[in-house]
Amino acid sequence: MVELVQRATATIATRGRNLLDRDRVLGPLLLSPAVVYILLLVGFPFLFAIYLSLTDATVGRPVGDFVGLDNFRQIIQTRSFRTALKNTFIFTFASQAIILVLANILSMALQRDFRGKGLVMFLILLPWVAPVSLTTIAWLWMFHSRFSLIDWFLNRLNLIEGNLFWLGRPDLAMIAIIIVHVWRMFPFATVILMAGHSALPKDVLESAMVDGAGFWRIFFQIRLPLLLPIMSVAVLFSTVFTFSDMTVVYVLTRGGPFDTTHVLSSAAYLRGIFGGNLSVGAATSLFLFPVLLIAAILILRIARRTEVT
Amino acid sequence: MTASTGALLRKAGLRTGHAALLSAFVVFTATPFAWMLITAFKRDSDLYNPNNNPLWFNEPPTLAHWDYVLNRTPFVQWLANTALVGLAVIVITLLLAVPAAYALSRLLGSWGERLGIAIFLVYLVPPTLLFIPMARVISSLGLQNTLWSLIVVYPTITVPFSTWLLMGFFKSIPRDLEEAALIDGCSRLGAMARVVLPLVVPGLITVVIFSFTLSAQEFIYGLTFVTSTAVKTVSVGVPQDMVRGDIFFWGPLMASAFTASVPVAVLYYLVLDRFVQGFTTAGAFK
Repeated sequence: MVELVQRATATIATRGRNLLDRDRVLGPLLLSPAVVYILLLVGFPFLFAIYLSLTDATVGRPVGDFVGLDNFRQIIQTRSFRTALKNTFIFTFASQAIILVLANILSMALQRDFRGKGLVMFLILLPWVAPVSLTTIAWLWMFHSRFSLIDWFLNRLNLIEGNLFWLGRPDLAMIAIIIVHVWRMFPFATVILMAGHSALPKDVLESAMVDGAGFWRIFFQIRLPLLLPIMSVAVLFSTVFTFSDMTVVYVLTRGGPFDTTHVLSSAAYLRGIFGGNLSVGAATSLFLFPVLLIAAILILRIARRTEVT
Repeated sequence: MTASTGALLRKAGLRTGHAALLSAFVVFTATPFAWMLITAFKRDSDLYNPNNNPLWFNEPPTLAHWDYVLNRTPFVQWLANTALVGLAVIVITLLLAVPAAYALSRLLGSWGERLGIAIFLVYLVPPTLLFIPMARVISSLGLQNTLWSLIVVYPTITVPFSTWLLMGFFKSIPRDLEEAALIDGCSRLGAMARVVLPLVVPGLITVVIFSFTLSAQEFIYGLTFVTSTAVKTVSVGVPQDMVRGDIFFWGPLMASAFTASVPVAVLYYLVLDRFVQGFTTAGAFK
């Protein structure tokens, strides 16, 4: 009897071991914790967001009644939502355009080696690698109504007199937000582009140079077309980060002055978390989704195209 | 002679232009940090005198702001919270991402590659899309206003990217090594633990640093889930509880923002090349 049990456990053990040695068994087994975690804490909340947006749930009444698309219909009509939607696109497009130009210039300038390049790289990358909620406070201080460092310089150069009140005027507040977005994201785009530059075929560049092509010609006719895929990747990621960000707006202006600088995410926070209106907040957040989806599809397309060639 | 002088002059001109261009960029990126540092050591009477040059010490520097930060704000508590959350997130990330990346890159064939990209794309799902339902999930788990809420949720940011990074590391290790271990009688798991893992230590270190810096940087979930000052992390506590209308608070504010952000920045900078590799392999240049 004892022998039988022993033999049985032994076969089970070896069979278990054999099973674990089979890729088809071990693979899913090792993968499943991560997948289950992601489904529970990303997949489920996403579906839950859609569900909330179709009800009239609030923090006080977490299980609301089904109201169909009423929330979406209702928020599209509010002025504050339209401002937030418009601002989100303005901030994203304006900053991406500037980022694209700056990152192209800087990544070219960093092609050459020079003394102290390591330190320069670190100083240039600081805005991207430091926590944005803390560095934006430094900008809050740079844009201070009375002791703004920027104003001091402009005064010194005799360009302005007195203070600009950066964060007290809607137009300047919007410019301030764009400046901080550019400041934070262009180092990221620059390093991605640098990786692209270093992967360019050296022989093509050299033979073009031997053939007498000048700097600009090489840049626009050889480098730029070859860099296009990786440049689009840099811009797509940077777009996603800027488009969905609320940290810069929250720390810098909290949507002010007079609710003129809210973006979708900060408006969602204000209604959904601060105001406790879960359904309207969730619906506002979901307006981010189409753009994120398009970005993801484009990234996948670029990946597939480069795989083929 | 004149031609070569011209060439030399041109070269010198280009060099100066190059240096000027880079300096302009450095001024743009580093000025906020420089001003944080200067502000942190300036006396209030110096800071708030509009006639003084803001970039210079018109009065002797002082440690008063640092004293204030350390002794009269919860800054040290916030640092400890950040470290605690960071460590827990590192452990969870490693436990989830290492087996997943191994399975995706070694055991699941072409499906692994496709699933890997899908998991990487989860990294693109921003906290602002999910924070409202997530707040409900956290409160139904009874975790609101605890460090646990952050420990449970931050791996949604770190696991996808870490899995993707580690897949690259696993792929770079020749399969022959494992197969040799399998022939020698190792089980698949044994081969992974004894042969493959030691070879991907650089990847593991990258994931450790990456997970820590990402959890130290996170702001939105922290802002949403945690309301009590005592359970905040540094990146939430400083902007939320130390920014006040009171203008005479900039010294301590800059001292704490600088001390908390620069170490994180240095750590992140150490793994930045790997991070960039993750993006470039995701988008192109397979």
